[in-house]
Amino acid sequence: MTVIGTWSGSELDSFNAVVKPFTDQTGTTVNFEGARDQDAILSTRVAAGNPPDLAAAPGPTLLNRFAAQGKVVDLGKVLDTGQLAKDYSKSWIDLGTANGKLVEVFSWAALKGLIWYDPKVWTAKGYQVPKTWAEMITLQNKMKADGTTPWCMAVESGGDSGWAGSDFHKEIALSAAGPSVYDKWWAGKQKWTSPEIKATWTDFGQVLGPGTSNVYGGANYVNNTYFGEVGNHMFTTPPGCYMLNQASFITDFFVKANPALKPGPTGDFNFFPLPDINTKYAGAHVVSADAWSMFKDTPQSRALIKYLVTPEAQAIWVKRGGKLSPNNRVALSDYPDDQTRSIVKLLLETKIGRYDAGDLMPSDMKHAYWTGILDFIRDPTKIDTILANLDKVQASAYTS
Amino acid sequence: MDLSLLLTDVPTLVVVIVGVPAVLGAYILGGEFLVRRLPDRARGSVRPWIWVAPALFFVTAFLVAPAIGTVFTSFQSHGGDWIGLTNYQRQLVDFPNGGAWIAIRNNLYWLVLYTLFVLFFGLLLAVLFDRVPYESVVKSLIFMPMAISAVALGVIWKFMFWYQPADAPQTGTLNAIVVNVFHQAPKTWLTDPNVNNFALIAAAIWGITGFSMVILSAALKGIPADLLEAARVDGAGEITIFRRVIFPLMMPTVVVVGTTLVIFALKAFDIVYVMTAGNFGTDVLANRMYKLLYQADNPGGASAVAIILLLAVIPVLIFNLRQFRAVEARR
Repeated sequence: MTVIGTWSGSELDSFNAVVKPFTDQTGTTVNFEGARDQDAILSTRVAAGNPPDLAAAPGPTLLNRFAAQGKVVDLGKVLDTGQLAKDYSKSWIDLGTANGKLVEVFSWAALKGLIWYDPKVWTAKGYQVPKTWAEMITLQNKMKADGTTPWCMAVESGGDSGWAGSDFHKEIALSAAGPSVYDKWWAGKQKWTSPEIKATWTDFGQVLGPGTSNVYGGANYVNNTYFGEVGNHMFTTPPGCYMLNQASFITDFFVKANPALKPGPTGDFNFFPLPDINTKYAGAHVVSADAWSMFKDTPQSRALIKYLVTPEAQAIWVKRGGKLSPNNRVALSDYPDDQTRSIVKLLLETKIGRYDAGDLMPSDMKHAYWTGILDFIRDPTKIDTILANLDKVQASAYTS
Repeated sequence: MDLSLLLTDVPTLVVVIVGVPAVLGAYILGGEFLVRRLPDRARGSVRPWIWVAPALFFVTAFLVAPAIGTVFTSFQSHGGDWIGLTNYQRQLVDFPNGGAWIAIRNNLYWLVLYTLFVLFFGLLLAVLFDRVPYESVVKSLIFMPMAISAVALGVIWKFMFWYQPADAPQTGTLNAIVVNVFHQAPKTWLTDPNVNNFALIAAAIWGITGFSMVILSAALKGIPADLLEAARVDGAGEITIFRRVIFPLMMPTVVVVGTTLVIFALKAFDIVYVMTAGNFGTDVLANRMYKLLYQADNPGGASAVAIILLLAVIPVLIFNLRQFRAVEARR
């Protein structure tokens, strides 16, 4: 049977490790086709009537499109929905439901909006973890007064450039504008130029600083550097920058580039959640997850999707590091270290959980959002032109 | 190694290796067999069609039919309703910065700069290398980038254009030169809208110059030596010989290479896709078509862009065909 996904390298090794017990038990070989350009490959194959058995996407946008076209199998008739409701919180089930049908399930998740720092450096410099947005801005100004650059940021990612910056912005958006505006915004019912959304861009601009001067290397470096390299300047002596915002998976990149680094409050890198901007919406976090859809209803694909939602399957990757599980039954002890456990606790304690807004938008809105972020980093004074342009895309993106 | 996949493909392999030649052979023999049964007069008019039919079939099925389908799609909404010229209008409103205009502008950059520079370098190198003993070695070197896929070429040039902040060591070749030789601040070649299009075009020129050089060089070698000798005896200088003898004789080849390059420039995609993905004002029509189709799920808009591109290529094709005919007629 065939599975299409986006994993490669060490992530693919982890996925293969997940599948191995399944193959050993059922004798079904799973051919994984990795596609960086998943939009194109999956669309072509589905349109040609030659879809894979299952597909995993890093967000629900693409799979939602096929669900709307009636190309995917209703998983409500395949999976034990009672068990599913026990294992997953309701928001995950809702996220995968379209028109009363369960069209997607989620196997692994990441928590966004975490701010990473080097505790040893912070202790030496006397910096405290900020509890509020105001404290964070004060800290940022203090770092600038010390003659250093507060933020590490890098958003280059080929055809998807800009998403890493959009992660920071949408975390601000959820926390500042609140979940109802956030939901209207990704659904295309809240204009980009509206005061609520514009304010979130101004907040993001406050982080970037005038002319993006709060970020290491300035706008040029941010837009020209691969997002995975972002941590490199935090671990040099002296550091090039002191804080970086990225989802939980980034630790994988830290350790790959600098194998000696240790996680934890007394180690080399630790995190704090982005402080609440509006206390009304305290405990709001953006999450993302790997979504699965089933295109061919065969006994093999049924067996595999049933396997993938089990805590046993998910724990295999969780133990290998880099992923969190949305399944409540995956034990905390399965996570590789204390730091990951505290991220999971944060995920489970999230009061206002929302999915990545970009991933919920139609594809061209999402890409325009990312491009808007690139343009904003280049020149934050162009905010009005950028937002007006996004409104224009919004006007057509949701209708086609 | 897992050979099971290979085994499932065995029937396909058999069909391809045995079946296709068998069918073609049977078609030719059968066609000839039937033609021989025809009266003498009819044979001459039927035989060409028998031979041309397979090509006609494939061109119709895989080129003409989809092209017509694209025209239809370009007039439809996503749901299949007829919406007239709306898709075209969406692409062409908001001059000069909205819709497809940035892409059209960049395609014009490509068209002019790419075509002219590749012809210029190709001609220059062909003429100069013709006069040195180590010609074949340098020509091979210049031709070498042709062996690299456009994606690899894009990746290589991405490294060449790499940017690091002024205080960090420059890992990109170009910025290393800018900083260490010229003592200037490093440039963001791929994200600065003032230079990025030219950076992409330069990378593409590097990749294709060998092609133009080799063909032009072959045309140069086809010029009879006694003609040049005669011109020299008549007292013409080398520059006059190039202007009055060599260049006019090479003109048909220059035109053919030039029109081919124009078509390459219009369908530029891979280098842009790999190096900037069309961000920062570097979009081109082919990349826009791709984005509309696969990222925006907007087949109508993508088809409209495809048709605009097709309309732009048609005059070049007609010119090219006329040129071929003119060359044929001269023989």
